[in-house]
Amino acid sequence: MNYKKIYALGLRHIYLIMNSFPRVLDLIYWPTVQIFLWGFISKFFTLSSEYYSNTVGVILTAAILYDFLFRASISFNMMFLEEIWSRNFTNLFIAPIKISEIIAALTLTAILRTLIGLVPAVIIAIPLFGVSVLKLGIPLIFLLISLYLFGITLGLLVTSGLLRYGPSFENIAWASLFFLAPLGCIYYPIEILPNFLQIIAKGLPLVHIFEEMRSILINNYVNYANILKSISISMVYFVFGVIVFYISYFGAKKRGTLINMGE
Amino acid sequence: MFIEIKNLTKFYANYLAVNNINFHIEQYKTVGLLGPNGCGKTTTIGMMLGLVTPSNGEIIIEKKNINSFKRDQILKRFNFASPYVELPKKLTVRQNLEIYGRFYGVDNLSNRINEISGDLDIKNFFERKTGELSSGQKNRVSLAKSLINKPEILLLDEPTASLDPDIGDFIRGYIENYKSKNKITILLASHNMSEVERLCDSVIMMKKGKIIDNGTCESLIKKHGRNNLEETFLKLARSKDEL
Repeated sequence: MNYKKIYALGLRHIYLIMNSFPRVLDLIYWPTVQIFLWGFISKFFTLSSEYYSNTVGVILTAAILYDFLFRASISFNMMFLEEIWSRNFTNLFIAPIKISEIIAALTLTAILRTLIGLVPAVIIAIPLFGVSVLKLGIPLIFLLISLYLFGITLGLLVTSGLLRYGPSFENIAWASLFFLAPLGCIYYPIEILPNFLQIIAKGLPLVHIFEEMRSILINNYVNYANILKSISISMVYFVFGVIVFYISYFGAKKRGTLINMGE
Repeated sequence: MFIEIKNLTKFYANYLAVNNINFHIEQYKTVGLLGPNGCGKTTTIGMMLGLVTPSNGEIIIEKKNINSFKRDQILKRFNFASPYVELPKKLTVRQNLEIYGRFYGVDNLSNRINEISGDLDIKNFFERKTGELSSGQKNRVSLAKSLINKPEILLLDEPTASLDPDIGDFIRGYIENYKSKNKITILLASHNMSEVERLCDSVIMMKKGKIIDNGTCESLIKKHGRNNLEETFLKLARSKDEL
């Protein structure tokens, strides 16, 4: 892989953000609204629920981590959609840039978009609700890595769909994360799910991430084996996502859809 | 022979877009690819650019199958411009040329951008967003992008479509001047017959996915007993049977 080309594609998206103040506002707006909403819900629960009574901010921390996953995935999708909307698809795919470099550039640039949106919201949560995700300590880094890998995987699967079915697949891009959220056990323990769904949920990294988050915040106990499991599962899905993307790319070349994408 | 197209065919699910075509392009020559809408020109260009996988046949560059080259190595030698393909609208002209220059690994990029933007007279809207430009300005920027890497092979798909006569003439003049000063091989798909007569050393006529005739403009006009290439095109396009 050529890092200069990865940087060039990243720079294309950095310029896009820099050129538009409303775009930066849009990136910050939604996570902030999300934090406000869940902050107040969290505050109410900590006052009224026995389960959460000793731990301030479990729900808000879950909301922040889920938003991190959501933003990572949406950022990846948005950057890919940006090429379709601007009718730049053909120019990009005839440039001497490898598919692996495109994936790497989108993956690395998505973190920037994610952080632009989420960091102000996370900072606001500290004085406003007395909640800081940093309370998770060192494990936070590993939980974020796992979430990021899984978020990018969802992005890869959605963009594969865009390659396969064209811009009409766009709606799925927005719906993809909501589909998995109930199985992710973001705001509740896995025991809430029916047995058969628990089996499916355990196959996702989200359950392990959010169970671990609750374990750290409520029981003050870090299980690194569980964190490692979530990263391993995320990595497997990521490799699967990359393979699906390549299959879709070669399929699109066969169907000739790359040449008309965005027209 | 620089580029050789052998038995190139493309089947889509329910129709045959390109039907077993053969042609070649000599190095540093400009070849026109003509034909009515839907005749397979864009699919042929798409296959040459690696955007469409051929169902059958070969694209040979310097006696080597295009598939034997690494994707990024072969694409570095190509470039492409079409008014139907745009550059990122929210980026300025300078930013777009910088990004594409980086993709193509252009040495001394700022010098190259400066040179080409001067030649194509785009400096006065250099800091404007590409989406805010007029069609003529966009076409010139698109052409600048397509020449940023000094390509050996340039594919142009209707480069002057929807331009006013003045800008159209500027673009044609620029291409004419550029090819006289640079070692470049051009495949030009166009519906503008006077443009083809002015720029092309030879032409390939396509219809319903097949090549129905080819040769120099003069030889085709003479062969079909017409006064100019436009009349020749109309005769071939309207003929019921392939010639």
